[in-house]
Amino acid sequence: MGLVTELVILVLAAWVGIEVVSKVPQMLHTPLMSGTNAIHGVVIVGAILVLGAAAGGTVETVCGVVAVAFGAANVVGGFVVTDRMLQMFKRRPEPKDGGEA
Amino acid sequence: MRADLIQLVYLVAAVCFILGLKWLSSPRSARRGNQVAAIGMAIAIVATLVDRSVIDYTWIIAAALVGGSVGAVIARRVQMTAMPQLVALLNGLGGGAAALIAVSEYHAHGALGETSLGGVAAVSVMFSAIVGSISFAGSLVAFGKLQEILPGRPITWPGQKVLNALVAVAILALAVWAALAVDDPILWIAVVLALILGTAVVLPIGGADMPVVIAFLNACTGLAAAATGFALGNVLLIIAGMLVGASGTLLTQLMSKAMNRSLASVLFGAFGGGNAGGGSSAASGEALPVLEIGTADLAAQLVYARRVVIVPGYGLAVAQAQHPVRELADLLGARGVDVTFAIHPVAGRMPGHMNVLLAEADVPYDKLLEMEEANPDFPQTDVVLVIGANDVVNPAARDDPSSPLHGMPILEVDRAEHVVVFKRSMASGFAGVENLLFHDPKTRMLFGDARKSLTQLVQDVQDV
Repeated sequence: MGLVTELVILVLAAWVGIEVVSKVPQMLHTPLMSGTNAIHGVVIVGAILVLGAAAGGTVETVCGVVAVAFGAANVVGGFVVTDRMLQMFKRRPEPKDGGEA
Repeated sequence: MRADLIQLVYLVAAVCFILGLKWLSSPRSARRGNQVAAIGMAIAIVATLVDRSVIDYTWIIAAALVGGSVGAVIARRVQMTAMPQLVALLNGLGGGAAALIAVSEYHAHGALGETSLGGVAAVSVMFSAIVGSISFAGSLVAFGKLQEILPGRPITWPGQKVLNALVAVAILALAVWAALAVDDPILWIAVVLALILGTAVVLPIGGADMPVVIAFLNACTGLAAAATGFALGNVLLIIAGMLVGASGTLLTQLMSKAMNRSLASVLFGAFGGGNAGGGSSAASGEALPVLEIGTADLAAQLVYARRVVIVPGYGLAVAQAQHPVRELADLLGARGVDVTFAIHPVAGRMPGHMNVLLAEADVPYDKLLEMEEANPDFPQTDVVLVIGANDVVNPAARDDPSSPLHGMPILEVDRAEHVVVFKRSMASGFAGVENLLFHDPKTRMLFGDARKSLTQLVQDVQDV
């Protein structure tokens, strides 16, 4: 893929990112951060390609193994903790018919 | 053919990520959004594993299992109050992974016999190696400070800025050299210097500036991941990295604005060092009177109020008082009092932290108001309870141009009929600035541990 195409993709992604993220309410900024944290764990894809293609080179293997482990912890930890937080956001704890006089 | 298929899967994953972020716009759809993003990640990883360039699985599986289980265990165990540390830690791991991939790519270029890197490879490899390393070291230091392994106060030393600038110049020079003459040790030295720079930049930053720093490091890791995408020619990394980069940048701006501090002043000037002297104008009247109130009197006042707003600050979380405060809100709500929570954007140690802590204590999210929603209603509010917050309700930020806080947006609680401040002692806030709100004739102070005071208050409300 050509550099120009990649740059176009980069700019569009930035655009979409700003559009979408600016609509996230302050209330959800912590889950937003942990969620985007999980998303940048996508570097694990790069780490897998580097490590998988390693023809036994020491530098590639060491870097790749650590990068895959880091990426995996980043992805799993990020999504799990975001889910834990988001399930706590409830509209009302129980539908009680309290004193709305 | 196979390569096309993988690109298509990457496209699906990218759409999942964007949908995930889009659904975060409402607490109702947010959880589903996160799950969709996780599914997108899973299919991207599976598609990459079946890529034909991947020939050896042993190491991949082993490393992924170890990393994944560690991540899962930490994420399940972590306390909600410790969320900023966890986010800092995960952020560091992402940055570290990006840097390691860049180092490995660089080595691969050398192994192919290249003596210098082409333009795209040079910029992307160097950017992700250096920014990834800065993010890794900076995030770990932020983690250490938040976890209180390192002292939370600003750590400063003479000639800090000059030294940092010298290190930055050295890194740039090494990066150019490493691109022109491919040789592993040159890049390794640059990476080590970047690790030092990341450490040196975050060490002087105080605890209360952490929301800005974490958001900034989040942006750095995102951009490093995007650069890795360029280095590997991988579109998914470019898209996902840039999404995160945009999000982190936006949050950094929001946080800086909410604290009335520029990113530069957070990164390059330790707060309190430069302008703490400016607060002396208010400190001149030391003997200003304060009026106290007891929990029994307050209970009676609350029960007969129509509208009560609670302003929680990080002090509430420190005192572990989220549950008693929710009990109080429930009790008053059951008596027909309209109780809401007004939350300043920088309450807590990271953006939105206070909302998570209150949600954990089962406060329904429709009771949580943002600053812009809360401010117009203070004049119609009977009682405001300020619990463990100080600078974010200081009227000097609005009224006193000589105050170091001036210009910072605040919750205008002084416009309400009565204000009650829960406070440990008369110590000033993080910025070291006197708060005239405490001396306002309509303000009453309730001294003591917030958790104990609130528990007693709940008791007294039940007895009224």
